[in-house]
Amino acid sequence: MPRIYLDHNASTPVRAEVLDAMLPYFREHYGNASSAHAFGQEAKGAIEEARAKVAALVNAAPAEIVFTSGGTESDNMGVFGAARALAGKGRHVVVSEIEHEAVRNAAGALEAEGFTVTRVPAMADGRVDPDAVAKALRPDTVLVSVMAANNETGVLQPVAAIGSLCAERGIAFHTDAVQAAGKIPVDARAWQATYLTIAAHKFYGPKGVGALYVKRGAKTAPLLFGGEHERGRRPGTENVPGIVGMGAAAELARAELDTAPPRMAALRDRLEQGILARVPQVVVHGAGAPRACNTSHLSFAGAEGEHLLLTLDQKGIACSSGSACKSGSSHPSGVLLSMGVPALVAQAAVRWSVGRATTEAEIDYVLETVPAVVQKLRAASPTFAA
Amino acid sequence: MKPDLPASKRTILVAMSGGVDSCVAAALLHRAGHTVIGVTMKLWCYAEGPSPARGCCTLDAIDDCRAVARKIGFSHYVLDLEDDFREHVIEDFVGEYLAGRTPNPCVQCNNWLKFGELMRRADLLECDLVATGHYARRGVDADGRATLLRAVDGAKDQSYVLWGLTQEAISRALFPLGTMTKEEVREAARELGLPVADKKESQDICFVEGKRYVDFLRERYPERTSPAGEVQDASGRTLGRHGGVHGFTVGQRRGLNVAAGRRLYVTRIEPETGTVVVDDEAALYQSEAGISRVNYLSGEIPSGPVAGAAKIRYLHAPAAAVLRPGTPGTARVRFQEPQRAMTPGQSLVLYDGDRVVAGGIIQDVS
Repeated sequence: MPRIYLDHNASTPVRAEVLDAMLPYFREHYGNASSAHAFGQEAKGAIEEARAKVAALVNAAPAEIVFTSGGTESDNMGVFGAARALAGKGRHVVVSEIEHEAVRNAAGALEAEGFTVTRVPAMADGRVDPDAVAKALRPDTVLVSVMAANNETGVLQPVAAIGSLCAERGIAFHTDAVQAAGKIPVDARAWQATYLTIAAHKFYGPKGVGALYVKRGAKTAPLLFGGEHERGRRPGTENVPGIVGMGAAAELARAELDTAPPRMAALRDRLEQGILARVPQVVVHGAGAPRACNTSHLSFAGAEGEHLLLTLDQKGIACSSGSACKSGSSHPSGVLLSMGVPALVAQAAVRWSVGRATTEAEIDYVLETVPAVVQKLRAASPTFAA
Repeated sequence: MKPDLPASKRTILVAMSGGVDSCVAAALLHRAGHTVIGVTMKLWCYAEGPSPARGCCTLDAIDDCRAVARKIGFSHYVLDLEDDFREHVIEDFVGEYLAGRTPNPCVQCNNWLKFGELMRRADLLECDLVATGHYARRGVDADGRATLLRAVDGAKDQSYVLWGLTQEAISRALFPLGTMTKEEVREAARELGLPVADKKESQDICFVEGKRYVDFLRERYPERTSPAGEVQDASGRTLGRHGGVHGFTVGQRRGLNVAAGRRLYVTRIEPETGTVVVDDEAALYQSEAGISRVNYLSGEIPSGPVAGAAKIRYLHAPAAAVLRPGTPGTARVRFQEPQRAMTPGQSLVLYDGDRVVAGGIIQDVS
């Protein structure tokens, strides 16, 4: 049986070059970056090299990059930590309804602390309307958080427009760019972001390491308490191999921004067009909006996404029915519901996300397999009418 | 004895609760060369409160199943059946108690989830058979129909909670442990090196685990109440008052809050008036029960009375009885000897020797 991985929005394999860069930091250069001796200096130097590479990926200065344990921590810092730091100016926060749980639940935690949170829905095409964000702003708004690319639909959000309207009003802007890095140019400056989240394992780096861009002069209240690491913004002995890996992955992602995304887009389109040509009654979510090059979110009327996922897994095809953080739950995706997709259609959604190593042959195997599987699920569905 | 396994290679969905039984069933099937797909049903809605600590289908149980699947080397999925569980098992449980009856949620769970929804999922995953860790056996009768039989280990036999299986369900069901004793199963678990080998068994209702059912009802459904009313003796004399019929079960002696100078037992609950009738122990003995939701495991309604031995609760020695089919879905069962505390809401299961003939829910007792 083949093993075909079409769930790159959940995670990606670590590239060989990245792993090679990391390995010496486990066994040879294992010093603590805070130590003054040669071992410590090797580690510290490697971290700073990585910081420069990560900064370059998001068009920032190295000093504006804080390494974290991953996307969730970065989102928590950029939303919860940021709002706490800004609480003296006001206690109102605006987030979109289609954010990852790391942002959504961080906003929920702010509410529990007495902040007011306004949640802006997506439009039918999957985009958050900048005008709707503008309307949600109040005199006491201190922070807006809208993601750069949605993890489920891949829809690219108008972050530059939202960043601009925040900047005009002096409101801090956080964007979760986890699904954007390596797929589109991520530009903290052009987007006028105050805080920006990325995670290494979404662009062929290791799991367990991420970064938060914090614009020079901007503040975050700490989530963790400890030493003076990361300029006092994030305590804890640095994950040196992970950070080195993130740097290497960022450098490669940036270098290949002109070549990798078009190739992934071609494979994604081959998959999407192929399915649409072979299977009737398929809805493409976010089709009317610009999307990340690798993502296709499809609803197969009458076939529950969770069933389709498990059946395809038995045939060696790995895809997703929503966010990986929600697997095991068959509740319809909040992202799709926010777009106005009916619950039954949302439940029939499967996300396909190709990667840089995906091949045409793999896509073709999927195209051969999917129609029969969908037909079978539909035949067993009490609600489906062809 | 050896486990009961199919002779030819099959693709089998194994319902894994996280206990030693279903884990051993899955592992034995995999070791025998079958393609095993382990599934654990996620039944508890965690948003509504913390999961019970132990018991089947908790988060810990899901982790245990994953660990077994990984160690033995078959695939394992978690299926979210919270909605089905809430709708068909918890709702039934709550509704029955509030109506003054004493439900058996395991029966509902087997009928609706394990052999209802899971069988449907098995189709989708292209599994021929659905196996569970139940102690029961499958057989074939003279006409070639699938039959459900008592387990070899009489002390562990669970055929009682499987009376709702249809012909189709029995013919696709597999009970690998029905021919084994519990000790043999534990031995097999140790031999297979399963991390659950010495796991303690939970006898409680999974979602009530660690509490009394009345506390569960009060904590989870504070807004739902059952009729309050009087505690009366058999002659209709008022002995006291009570706060809701759901706090009583036929045969109950404690917590009646009446002083009568002699031992009194709940003999009848009348939800319409909220009356709880108490009497001497002798009045608990009755000979006839009307049952509803009747299922004949052969798939055919018998043309006349059927003699056998009937069991009125999980821990009850079957007693000689005759079942007479009534209007569709109902029957009356008459015992040779009066039986103690037949309880509306509980299952009555009729056996012919080791074979399960029919089952239903006790409605009325006389």
